[in-house]
Amino acid sequence: MSTTKFSLLKERFDFIVERDSSDHLAVNCPVEHFSAFFLALRDDFGYDLLSCVTAVDWDVQSPRFTGIYHLLSTATHQYIRVAVDCLDDIHPSLPTLSYLFPAADWHERETYDLYGIRYTDHPNMRRILMWDDYPYYPLRKDFPLAGIEVPFPAADVAESANAKVLPAPMMGGPFVSSADGSLRDCEPVAKDESWTEKQEAH
Amino acid sequence: MSTQKTTVGYDSKVEGDVIVTQASAVINWIRKHSVWPMPMGLACCAIELMAVGASRFDISRFGMEVMRFSPRQADCMIVSGTVTYKMAEAVRRIYEQMAEPKWVVAMGACASTGGMYRSYSTLQGVDRIIPVDVYVSGCPPRPEALLDAMIKLQDKISDEQSLKNLIPKSNKPDQQKAGLISEA
Repeated sequence: MSTTKFSLLKERFDFIVERDSSDHLAVNCPVEHFSAFFLALRDDFGYDLLSCVTAVDWDVQSPRFTGIYHLLSTATHQYIRVAVDCLDDIHPSLPTLSYLFPAADWHERETYDLYGIRYTDHPNMRRILMWDDYPYYPLRKDFPLAGIEVPFPAADVAESANAKVLPAPMMGGPFVSSADGSLRDCEPVAKDESWTEKQEAH
Repeated sequence: MSTQKTTVGYDSKVEGDVIVTQASAVINWIRKHSVWPMPMGLACCAIELMAVGASRFDISRFGMEVMRFSPRQADCMIVSGTVTYKMAEAVRRIYEQMAEPKWVVAMGACASTGGMYRSYSTLQGVDRIIPVDVYVSGCPPRPEALLDAMIKLQDKISDEQSLKNLIPKSNKPDQQKAGLISEA
C-alpha cells in the first residue's frame, strides 16, 4: 500500500493521466469515470480522507473549469490530487462526491458558491457563504475583487437602512509585493498610488 | 429655559429631604450608569469584548456588566467584528428590535470602516446601515480602548435631551400644540 504510485494506478485505470506536480502524486481523471475512480481510491487504495475540494478557473481556456480534490491516506500519510475537467464552460457541473465522502457536502457548496460549479445529485446544492440571491461567483477570473453593485440581501432592510451592496473602495490597491529584491523593496505597495475612493452620497 | 450641560442629578451639598434638578438630568444620570450592552460579536473583537466583561478589565465598574444577548433587553449594541453583507441584514434587524433609547458602538477597524476587508463581501462600515454613536480604532482595540469608548458614550448620554426622546418625532408637532409637552 505504501508504494501507491502512478504506475500502480495506471495499471488498473488506463484513462488517467499524470499531472505536473511539485509535491504529491497528481492525476487527471475524465469526468465519465469519476465515481468508479474515487470509489476505488477510497476502498482499494486506502485514500480514506477527503481533505480538500476546490476548483480552478482557467479564464479564456477551454475547458474553463477544473475541479480539484485532495485525498489523504491516513495509513500511509500519502496525498493524491485528482483533477477533473468540467465539460461545459458556460454551465459547469461535476458529479457530487458527498455519497462517498460526507465531508464533500460543505466543500462542494463552497465551490459552487464561489466558482458556480454545480454538483449533480448533491443533497443540498445551495450557497454557503454568500447569501442565496447573490447573482455572481466571486472567485471567477472575470469578477473584480472590489465586487459589483447588487441589491442588499433583504429588500425591507435595504429600504429601512437605505443600504446597497457597493464595490469596496480599493484606495489604490490591491497591495502586492514584488517577489525579489531587498526586504524593503518587497514591502507590499499599491500598483497605482492614486486615491481612488469616490465621495459617496451618504 | 436654557440648558446647562453641567447640571448634575444629585449634589451632595444639598443632601437632605429635597433635591431640585431637571428631569432630563436625572433621566440621563440614571441611563448613563445603567447601560445594558448587547454584544454583537462577529469576529476577533468579540474576544476583547469578553476580556472587558471579565474580572481583569471589569466593565461592571461603569455599571454595564449586564450584557444581554436579547435585543429586547439591551440598549447599547457593541458591534465587535467584521460585518459581512450577509450578516448586515441580521445586524440591522436586531438593531430595529432594540427598544429606544438605544446607542451603537462600532468596535474596531472592521465595524468602523470595513478594515482590511476591502472586498465584495464586506460592508464598508456598520454606519452604512445603523447610526453609530462612538467609533473605536484598533484591530482589535485593547479592552482599555473599549472602556474609554463606553465612558465617551456615557458623556454623550449625559448631554442628551432625554425628554425629547420620549416623544416619537412624528407625533411631536401635534402634541406640542395640545400642550402635552413643553420645550425643555
